[in-house]
Amino acid sequence: MIITIPWLKEHLQTKANEAKIIDQLTNIGLEVENVKENVGELSEFKIAKILKAEKHPNADKLKVCDVSLGDNKIIQVVCGASNARDGLVTIYAPPGSIIPKTKFKLKVAKIRGVESKGMLCSESELNLSDESAGIIELKNKEKEVGKSYFKTKLDKALDIAITPNRADCLGVRGIARDLASSGLGSLLKLKKKSFKQNLKQPIKVSITKEKNQGCLSFGSCYIKDITNKESPDWLKNKILALGLKPISAVVDITNYVMFDLNRPLHAYDANKINKEIIVRNSQEGEEFEGLDNEKYKLKKGMCVVTDKSSILGLGGVIGGTKTSTEFDTKNILLESAYFLPSSIRKTGRELNINTDAKYRFERGIDPNSIKEGLEIATGLIISICGGEASKFLITGKTSQKKKVIDLKIEKFKDLIGISISISEAYKILSSLGFKVKKTKKALKVEIPSWRPDVSQDVDLIEELIRIKGFDKIQVVEPEKRRDKDTLNFKQKLFHLSQRALASKGYIETVTWSFTDSNIDKQFSRGEKEINIYNPISSDLDVLRRSIFSNLSIHLKKNQDRGYSDLSFFEIGPVFFGKNPGDQQIVVGGIKSGLVNRRSWSDKARNIDVFDVKSDALRTLVELGIDEKNLFVNDLTKSSYHPGRSGSINLKSDKGPHLAYFGELHPAIVKKLDFKDKNIFGFEIFLKNIPQPNKKVRQTKVNYLASDFQKSERDFAFVIDKTFKVGLLEKLIKKIDENIIHKVIAFDVYEGENIPKDKKSVAINVTLQALDKTLSEKDLDQVSQKIIEVVKEKTGATIRS
Amino acid sequence: MSDLEKINSIFNAKIDSVKSKDDLQNLKTEFFGKNGQITIQFKNLGSLSAEDKKEFASHLNRLKDSLSKQIEEKNLELETQEINEKLKSEKIDVTLPIRSYRQGKIHPVSQVIDEISSIFSEIGFSVAEGPDVETEHNNFTALNTPEDHPARDMHDTFYLDKNKKLLLRTHTSPVQIRTMLNEKPPFKIIVPGRTYRSDSDQTHAPMFHQLEGLHIDKNITMGHLKGCLDYFIKEFFEVKNVRMRFRPSHFPFTEPSAEVDIGYRLENNKIVIGEGDKWLEVLGCGMVHPNVLKNVKVDTNKYQGYAFGIGIDRLAMLKYGINDLRAFFETDYRWLSHFGFDPLDVPTNYRGLSK
Repeated sequence: MIITIPWLKEHLQTKANEAKIIDQLTNIGLEVENVKENVGELSEFKIAKILKAEKHPNADKLKVCDVSLGDNKIIQVVCGASNARDGLVTIYAPPGSIIPKTKFKLKVAKIRGVESKGMLCSESELNLSDESAGIIELKNKEKEVGKSYFKTKLDKALDIAITPNRADCLGVRGIARDLASSGLGSLLKLKKKSFKQNLKQPIKVSITKEKNQGCLSFGSCYIKDITNKESPDWLKNKILALGLKPISAVVDITNYVMFDLNRPLHAYDANKINKEIIVRNSQEGEEFEGLDNEKYKLKKGMCVVTDKSSILGLGGVIGGTKTSTEFDTKNILLESAYFLPSSIRKTGRELNINTDAKYRFERGIDPNSIKEGLEIATGLIISICGGEASKFLITGKTSQKKKVIDLKIEKFKDLIGISISISEAYKILSSLGFKVKKTKKALKVEIPSWRPDVSQDVDLIEELIRIKGFDKIQVVEPEKRRDKDTLNFKQKLFHLSQRALASKGYIETVTWSFTDSNIDKQFSRGEKEINIYNPISSDLDVLRRSIFSNLSIHLKKNQDRGYSDLSFFEIGPVFFGKNPGDQQIVVGGIKSGLVNRRSWSDKARNIDVFDVKSDALRTLVELGIDEKNLFVNDLTKSSYHPGRSGSINLKSDKGPHLAYFGELHPAIVKKLDFKDKNIFGFEIFLKNIPQPNKKVRQTKVNYLASDFQKSERDFAFVIDKTFKVGLLEKLIKKIDENIIHKVIAFDVYEGENIPKDKKSVAINVTLQALDKTLSEKDLDQVSQKIIEVVKEKTGATIRS
Repeated sequence: MSDLEKINSIFNAKIDSVKSKDDLQNLKTEFFGKNGQITIQFKNLGSLSAEDKKEFASHLNRLKDSLSKQIEEKNLELETQEINEKLKSEKIDVTLPIRSYRQGKIHPVSQVIDEISSIFSEIGFSVAEGPDVETEHNNFTALNTPEDHPARDMHDTFYLDKNKKLLLRTHTSPVQIRTMLNEKPPFKIIVPGRTYRSDSDQTHAPMFHQLEGLHIDKNITMGHLKGCLDYFIKEFFEVKNVRMRFRPSHFPFTEPSAEVDIGYRLENNKIVIGEGDKWLEVLGCGMVHPNVLKNVKVDTNKYQGYAFGIGIDRLAMLKYGINDLRAFFETDYRWLSHFGFDPLDVPTNYRGLSK
C-alpha cells in the first residue's frame, strides 16, 4: 500500500514530521518497507555547464559543445543556439528524455557527422515560457550543476506492508485512524461534497437468490450528462504517486476513492448496459473480456455482473470492456457493492487475476461503506465532470449484524505480562473506532464494520498492546533448567554421523529434497516416482528416492569445474512415497579421484571399494556399534557395480541392513558422463540402527588386559576362490575367543602353484591367554585346531 | 727417560695421527696386543725384585689406565664423527609438501543448527522433527489458516497432488501441530528443518531452513517470549548487547504477532550485529492463537504460550558474512571448503559456540 504524507494529512491532523510518522507506522504494525522519491518524468532535465563550445566542422550555424554535469565525464552535444558558449550554465536533456513541448523522445544521433548525446534546451522547449531564441541561461546556478532543474513535483511515496488481517489499512483513512489512535494526531472528519439527487435510479438491479451467491449487496447511482475529461492536477498527481496511470476523471475518481477509503467502486457506461443489471453465478464455459483485454472462460459459480445480454464484469475482481467508460461517455452507473471474500478469492485464483479491487475484497471490505463510497465518488464526479445524480439504489442486504466481544481486563496481563488500566484500554479501543462500554473489570466491545479480523478477545488484546507499544513489554529472563534431553537417539546419530564423515575428509553438502527425474530413476529400485505437481523447473520435478541423485549431479558439476579428488556427503531425507512420513534419513557419501595425486613421496592410486568400505564401517563403529557385530556381505543393489559393492548388516547377514557401499554402476557413470569415472559411494540407513536398551547409564565393558606374553602364528590356506575371506576370519576367531585375540588376512594370492579354482589366503593370528604364557605345546594345539576346523568347515588345506 | 715414559711419548705421538677405527685398532694391538708394548711390560714384572715390582707395577698400571682411557676417548670421538657424517648425508628438504589429504567440512547450515540447539538446550528446549511432506491440514488449516485465507498467498506452495491435499511443508510450524497432538503439555521444543516454497531468485531458494520454537505451559506470557528471544539473539551472535525491536505483525497462528528486528551497522561493507542504527528483520513470533490450541485439544483455560520462526540460512549468512543464499545449496567444492566448518569445531556451551 502506497501513501504520501500530504495525502495522509488530509485525514490526520498532526504536527509530526515525516520521520516520526514513518517510525510510528512501523511501531504499530504498519511497516514502512520503502520510501521512494516520487520523481516525475521531468527529473531527467539536469543543470549543466558548457565547458567548451566550438564550431561544427560541417555546419556553420551549429556548435559542438563539451558539456559537464559536474562529474569527470564530458558529454558531447551538438547545439544550434547562437548563445551556446564556453562556461554557460544551462539545462541538459539526456537521450531517452521526452521534450515537454514537442513530446519528442531524444536519441543519440549523428548531426552532420558529429555524434550528439541529448540536447541543450530553450525555455519554450521545456514549456517554461515562449522564449525560443537560444538556450536557457542560468545565473548563479554554477553550484547546482548535475542536479535536476525541476524540483520534485510529486510527494515521496511510502510503501507500507499491510498484513493480510488489516484490510481496513488498504485505504489512507484507515492508516490515519491507526496513527491517530496511537497518539500521533487526530482523525479529521471526512469531507463530502453535497449534490442534489432528484432522479430515480433508472436501471433495475437484482441479485439472484442462489446457492453460493458471492454478492451480498449492490449499491448504485446513475449520473447523467457528465463531461468526462482528463483529471485535474491534484487528482492526477495522487494517481501518479500510487504508481498508476491517470486515465480519465471518472476512472481516476473510482481509483482514488478505493485507495483513499478502501472502498472499491466501478463505473459503467450506462448507455452500453442492456436494460438492467443482474448479479448472478456464472455458468460453466461463459466467456468474458476484461478491462485488461484478456478473454476469460469462466467456470461455474463465479459471481458475475450482467445485463440482459452479456457479462459486464466479474464482481469485485475486474470490469469488462463492453461497458467501459470513455472520454465521450455521457451517462454512467456507479457501483459500490459488497462481495464475499471467499467468492472473490476463488474466482481470482481460478482465473489467475490479481487486481487492486480483488486484493481488497478478498481481505474484507467494510460492508457499511457502500453508501459512503457512492456519496464521495458521486460528489467528486459532479464537481469535476458536471452532470446530475440519481438517488442511491441499494439492492440486497443493507445492514450487518453487530459483533460484540467481552474483554476481561486481567486477561491482558495474563497474556502479555504487563497490566493495562480499564481507562487506557477504553481510550485505545475507542480511538480505533470500537464502541466500548466500561464495567469494573471488563469491557463490552462492539467491533466496527471495517474490522472483519477482530473476532475474539485475543484480537482486542493485540490491538491494545499494538497501540500501547510492544516496547512496553517487560523481558522475563529464561530459566536455565533442563527437564528433558535436548536430542533423542536418532538426532544424536544424525549429529554424530556428520562429524564422523567430515573427520574422514568428506565435505558436507545440503542439496534440494527434489531432483531431476531422469537422474533419480537411475538410482531407484523401482519404487514409484514421487512427482511434484507444480515443480519450479522440469529438472526439479520429483522428490528424490536416493541420496545419490543430487550427490552425483553435484559431483559431476565439480568435476566439470576441474576438480576431481572429491569427497562429499549429505545427511537428509529420501522419499519412498508421497504421504507424510514416507521418508527416511540417509547418510550418503560419494568419492572420486585418486589418493596421492602428484605426490613426490607416494605412489598415486585410484580410490577403491575398500576406501568407502572403511569409511562406512568406521562411521558405524563411531555411531556406537561394536565392530564385531558388523557383518559385511556382497548383497548389493542395481546402482552399484555388481562385483565391487556390498552391504553391512547388524549381528548377522540377516540382521538389520545398515549400509551399502561400493563402486557406482558403470552404466550410471556413463549416463551422467562423468569426467573422472572412478566413483564410489556408500549409504547408511540411520533408522535401522537400534537404540540400545539402557535403562541406566551403562559403564564400559570390563577392562581385561593380559600381562602374559602374546604370540603370533601365520597360516596360508588354499581355499575355494569364491570363499569369502571375511567369513574365514570370523570362523577362526570363533574357535577359541579366550585365546584368539585378533585374526587378520594379510595376503591373497591366485596363480602359479595354486589350482585354478582356488586361492591362497595368508592369515595372521594373535594368541594370548589371560592366565599364563602360552607354551609351545599350547600354541601348537591351538594352531592344529585352527587348521582342523578350517579344513572341516571350508575344505581348505594348509599350504605347504 | 724410563721405558714407561718412552712408551707414553710414542703413544702420544701415534694417537694424534689416528684417523679411523682401523688405525685405532692397530694402535690398540701395538700397545695392548699379545706382544704389545704394555703387555710386554707386564710380562716383565716377574723378573723384578719385590721392591721394584711394587713401584713399577704402580707406574705401569697408571700408564695402562691412561692409555686405555685415551683409546676409549678416541673411539668415542671417531664414532661421533662417523654418526655426524652419516646424519649429514641423510639430510632431506623438509620444505617439501606434506602428504595429500582431504579436508572434511561441516556445512554452515548444520553448524548453525548445532549452535542453535546448544543455545536452546541451556534453557530446556528439546529438538523435535516432522516430515517434509505434509497435509494441507497440518500446514495450514490446523494453524488457523483456512482455505480462503489470504495468508496462504504468501506461501508459494509445492503440491504433490492435483487436489492440493499433500504438499511440501512451507514452514516448520506443522511440527507444532504434530507434537501437541501426540504429546501432553507442557511443550518446549525447537524444530530445525527443511522448508519449501516455489520461489527462486537471488534472495529466495525453493528450499531453505527454518527453526520453529514452541513453549506452551501455564502462565507463559509475551514477556517470556521476549526474554527467550533476547537471550537467543545475544548468545547466537555472541555479543553482550543487541538492540531489539518487536514490531506488531500478523501471522494467522499467533495473536498477538510480532516481527523482530535487530540493530546493526555496516563496517567495511560487513554487517555488524549489535548496537548500530539500522534495523534488520530476523524472525516472526507471537502468542499461540487459541484456535490453534483448540485444534490440537490443548485446554486454553490452563495452557498458553509462544511460538517463533527463524530463517536458519539467513542467520548463518548474517553471522558468518555470507552473501548469497543460493550458494548454500549448490555444492561448489570451493564454497563449501571456504564457508564450511572443521569437524572438531563442535559448538558447546562450555567451550563457546565458535572458535
